[in-house]
Amino acid sequence: MSSTNLQVDDQGRLRHFLTIEGLSHSILTEILDTAESFAGVTSRQVKKVPLLRGKTIVNLFFEASTRTRTTFELAAKRLSADVLNINIDASSAVKGETLLDTLRNLEAMHVDMFVVRHADSGAAHFFARHVAPHISVLNAGDGRHAHPTQAMLDMFTIRRVKGPDFGRLRVAIVGDVMHSRVARSQIHALNTLNTGEVRIVAPKTLVPVDAESLGVRVYHDLEAGIRDVDVIIMLRLQRERMQGAMLPSEHEYFRLFGLTEQRLAVADPDVTVMHPGPINRGVEMDSQVADGPRSVILEQVTHGIAVRMAVMSMTMRAHGEAEAKDRH
Amino acid sequence: MASRKPRILIRGGRVIDPANHLDAEVEVAVAAGRIAGVGEAVPDDFKPELEIDARGLVVCPGLVELAAHLREPGHENKATIASETRAAAAGGITTLCCPPTTDPIIDTPAVVELIRQRAERAGHARVVTLGALTQGLAGEHLTEMAALKEAGCRGVSNAQSPILHTAVVRRAFEYAATFDLTVFIHPEEYWLANGGVAHEGAVATRLGLPGIPAAAETAAVARDLALIEHTGVRAHFCRLTHSRSVQMIARAQYDGVPVTADAAIPYLYFTELDIADFDSQFHVYPPLRTQRDREGLRAGLARGTLSALCSDHQPHEADAKLNPFPATEPGISGLDTLLPLALRLVEDRLLTLPEIIERLTAGPARILGLFEQGTGTLNPGAAADITVFDPEATWRIDPASLLSQGHNTPFMGWEVKGRVMHTLLGGRRVFER
Repeated sequence: MSSTNLQVDDQGRLRHFLTIEGLSHSILTEILDTAESFAGVTSRQVKKVPLLRGKTIVNLFFEASTRTRTTFELAAKRLSADVLNINIDASSAVKGETLLDTLRNLEAMHVDMFVVRHADSGAAHFFARHVAPHISVLNAGDGRHAHPTQAMLDMFTIRRVKGPDFGRLRVAIVGDVMHSRVARSQIHALNTLNTGEVRIVAPKTLVPVDAESLGVRVYHDLEAGIRDVDVIIMLRLQRERMQGAMLPSEHEYFRLFGLTEQRLAVADPDVTVMHPGPINRGVEMDSQVADGPRSVILEQVTHGIAVRMAVMSMTMRAHGEAEAKDRH
Repeated sequence: MASRKPRILIRGGRVIDPANHLDAEVEVAVAAGRIAGVGEAVPDDFKPELEIDARGLVVCPGLVELAAHLREPGHENKATIASETRAAAAGGITTLCCPPTTDPIIDTPAVVELIRQRAERAGHARVVTLGALTQGLAGEHLTEMAALKEAGCRGVSNAQSPILHTAVVRRAFEYAATFDLTVFIHPEEYWLANGGVAHEGAVATRLGLPGIPAAAETAAVARDLALIEHTGVRAHFCRLTHSRSVQMIARAQYDGVPVTADAAIPYLYFTELDIADFDSQFHVYPPLRTQRDREGLRAGLARGTLSALCSDHQPHEADAKLNPFPATEPGISGLDTLLPLALRLVEDRLLTLPEIIERLTAGPARILGLFEQGTGTLNPGAAADITVFDPEATWRIDPASLLSQGHNTPFMGWEVKGRVMHTLLGGRRVFER
């Protein structure tokens, strides 16, 4: 079964949300539009809608996360669902039951949705293949493969700032694309939304093999890569990269690829700067940029809630309608 | 025991014995467990106790499988010597070579003896072994290779375990050469491959799977060829995956370096594209590479640079494949499907029928040093290991058609052609359909 068939039902509705790859322009637009309708909810006095009342959502995190898990939890609560947070660190997973056993045990508690983060690429697909048919799986990050809700909140942020026409935009993704599930999902989302030009900027050690096949132009020079762009997405640089001989030092990385006010001058005057967080100040960008007027980094976090509400409600609706049909 | 080794006459079949350049409709006579004669050499007064009607069938030497992980001792939850040799017999395979990766590892004569005894007790196929090149496959201390050879090992190998210290590789090759042992090499530069689960290319980039560059193989082939030349050891390169490696081996053979190499079935049919859905049945190690590599391996097999074709049999229990792709165990169960998938290469016009049979019989027998005693041939006087198959019979690969305890195969559901009808092992019928 291809990924597309796995996450979209025969009516073209989203059953699981595993990867951006293979999803249509109209589904991505529907996610953004639905998120727009929820964005108001989060700023209301009473921040709840009863869409998922009586549903149980399990946040199943095999990798540490604060921001992503918290925004998924808030999104679920604002949809009136019951939320269960389960953090399984790798060490306890090694000791005991298999992943499939974990899944079966939770299923036995009559849950309706899994939000899964796992260190192995393909983990969310694995869950989606093996869950009971009434359960939705949302990928909250699997290995280096995909982080589709993060990508969609970034698209939501870009659309709010730049308007709905992605065709006139140049977007540069700067940093460790090699190890980044966020970058992979962003690239698929930007291309599906017909973005004018998608660039990645990094030294060769952080660019995956055949990166051009993802639909990007590759730059190894920051100033050339961000020249005239409308959006710059900076990626987090993990400290481990220095140990793996990917880079000589944070110092040299910042000198060559760190974003500063001075460097921003070559981009479009209205350029928007984004970062999925958490930021290493002084490594990926300096504080002046992070806290400056072009930065929308905190808006990204806020938008994360509305986008996750959108995806949760859409996948549950697909299942709800399928169940209703079964009863007739 | 005479009744168990009856005089047999196989009549009416197309007899293909590549080692003797024979491809003709002749009779094959078997007596006392040995080949009594083929064609005109069948004695006029031969009185068979049993006749096998082979009209419409192909009669050839029993197949020799270079790489069969039998999982016993140590991993009997995956398979046993009895279960896998039974599958071998049904697949027309009469000789299997077991790598040293059992538990305990084959680094002492006792383990060699244990495997031999259990295989003899099961009685479905001959099992030969490769001894470990280093103790515990740890890559540090040499094994007692002379003792392993005396116990019956056909060669020595460090399997897929790395030897990080190049001086240890050099000494191990030298020591093996002392006893005229062939070293079986799985070429991989450990640090380049480290942690990878897929070919480093467009698919791994898209799926975010840690990649293994093609250079991990070619760098190791280059280094090991240098050490082979330096030490004069006879060497066999196992399971090449990269077209460039095939070229390097061809060049070395041309230069007179004593090296052979083989290809395994999965790499002739699949590429990196097949893992695009995280389907763990395609998880093999080393990884499936590009279409160009697949074509390079096919060409190498056709030209004879790769002188043997094997299934690289690695049976697993179902759970081993039930995990996210990187966490699953690599390997494909292949004994049941070796013959039909090899015959498909004839349909693809890559090789002739006698050529592919050569790569499955005399070719691997030579690599294992068994050819001289007649394994992989129908030489008069050789042990009567004979496979009779119907080249036109089609069947569907499904769980019910597999005898191996491991049902882990990405070929599941394929319609294939070529079905074994009779297998003789030392003149005994060990399989009959």
